[in-house]
Amino acid sequence: MIVEGKVVKLGDKIDTDVIIPAKHLKYTDPSYLAQHVLEPLDPEFHKKAAEGVIIVAGRLFGTGSSREQAAIALKAAGVKAIIAESFARIFFRNAINNGLPVLACREVTAYVHDGDEVAVDLRSGEVLVKNRGVSIKCGRLPELILNILLRGGLVEYLKSAVN
Amino acid sequence: MPQSLTEKILSRASGKKVSPGDIVEVNVDIVAFHDLTGFHVIEVMNEIKHATIFDKSKLVIAFDHMVPPPDVRSAEIQKLVREFALNHEIRHFHDVGSGILHQILLEEYVMPGQVVIGADSHTSTSGALGAFAQGMGASDVAAIVVTGKTWLSVPQPFKLLLKGNLREWVTGKDVALELLKVFKSDYFNNMSVEVFVDVGTKFPMDYRATVANMGVELNADSLIFVPDNEVINYILSERGYKLDQVSIMPDLNAEYVDEYTLELDRVDLLVAAPYSVDNVKSVREVEGTEADVVFIGSCANGRLSDLEISAKLMKGRKVKSRCIVIPASRKVFMRALELGYIQTLVSAGCVVTYGTCGPCIGGHFGVAGSDEVVVSTSNRNFLGRMGSPKSRTYLSGPSVAAATALCGKICEPGDVL
Repeated sequence: MIVEGKVVKLGDKIDTDVIIPAKHLKYTDPSYLAQHVLEPLDPEFHKKAAEGVIIVAGRLFGTGSSREQAAIALKAAGVKAIIAESFARIFFRNAINNGLPVLACREVTAYVHDGDEVAVDLRSGEVLVKNRGVSIKCGRLPELILNILLRGGLVEYLKSAVN
Repeated sequence: MPQSLTEKILSRASGKKVSPGDIVEVNVDIVAFHDLTGFHVIEVMNEIKHATIFDKSKLVIAFDHMVPPPDVRSAEIQKLVREFALNHEIRHFHDVGSGILHQILLEEYVMPGQVVIGADSHTSTSGALGAFAQGMGASDVAAIVVTGKTWLSVPQPFKLLLKGNLREWVTGKDVALELLKVFKSDYFNNMSVEVFVDVGTKFPMDYRATVANMGVELNADSLIFVPDNEVINYILSERGYKLDQVSIMPDLNAEYVDEYTLELDRVDLLVAAPYSVDNVKSVREVEGTEADVVFIGSCANGRLSDLEISAKLMKGRKVKSRCIVIPASRKVFMRALELGYIQTLVSAGCVVTYGTCGPCIGGHFGVAGSDEVVVSTSNRNFLGRMGSPKSRTYLSGPSVAAATALCGKICEPGDVL
């Protein structure tokens, strides 16, 4: 599974309150949530994301609450994948469970710049910066996690387990 | 091979001997959600057709986030979750007026050695009783409600020893903030912090609950207090149930990825300044900062000792900042009533209710406006967390919060006495 897109770079510790403020948590509709993604940081972010972007971020992306709307909002806004130096555990699971590819990569912020065009191979964990011909090797996703992701998320995975 | 407490709990829960780094399927002992994540859990369950509840007796539901409902949508959410609870005859259902989920889990349900998963990040609080407790999102929790199982990555165990005793006015919150100061919010990612309380060190359950609550702010996979007599006494006093002994302990020579000893005598009165939990400063560094609102409450610090310390400072005095006090549960509130704390706090000018998360998530009951400064005993000070993105939140323990309310600006308890 290969995901391609233009890079939007964000900093360290992008927390879930910033990704989707609590006042929006009474709803789960993806198109509603998409309008408010990263609102406190940049109310126009959803417009940037609409073309289909890949977020590259620093440490602890998604730190904070368990709100699954954070992953739903990012995906619905047009974020195709997130590559970060590290992720907060709950957000990482929520992203996988909603079919939003996430990849941890220690060196990513050093080698990838804002506006780069990248291709991410989720099976191998390789990130190719197309406009500069740079390739980075990130950690591979464990088999179980990759399987949930490739099925499109946990609901599909559960359906097959229950029915 | 000797095992840490984390490995022991997860070995029992998975039915095989586990090691750090393993991805394992575990049986979950308690699964929990509240109103604001509950409706989402139920939505996910409805998406999986023929989803049934694995074991109704293991499900705990408590309404706390948007209670009492401040708007129509919140009321509708609670109607939906309430109907779910009634239709499925969920016995452990706590409606509006009971308390914050994490406090109810401590008071009534959690036992040492259990695996506790809740649809709320601060489920880590149950680590105070010696449980492996984690928050997860709505989909993961729905999966657990249906199957009784989940997958976990076995974290690396880290040993933390608490030695000595805290000085007057310094509490569990300052210990949590000290850990955030030393380790920052990412060191413990993928680790399980096992806290050993030294013999002769007084570290009561309320303080443990605060530190375990903040475990998720340290981004620890779990933060577990090694169960001891304090746990046995707590369960006896809260539930009238006598545990003969704690049946799960780390092995004597268990291997830890690293260890750290915190000398409690040296812990200072601390705050976390905007906008991150690990932006920790001593109170002296920020004293004089005008505080518009002081909030004493939440699953971090809405317990009896928090109210006791606040009442001790506020007795016979008047607040200068707007002050909101929210005991975490009805039980805590009733005790505070009996002990006269509520009367003292209301006489000092505080607004008091109970059993709601209130302004902690910027939901209601005291949301901050632009340019307002909040001093809060809750657990997060992220941009926009408690209201306007232009407001600023300082996190503190109860003594600093109560003192600040009296001073009208950030100060130490000694400044008001």
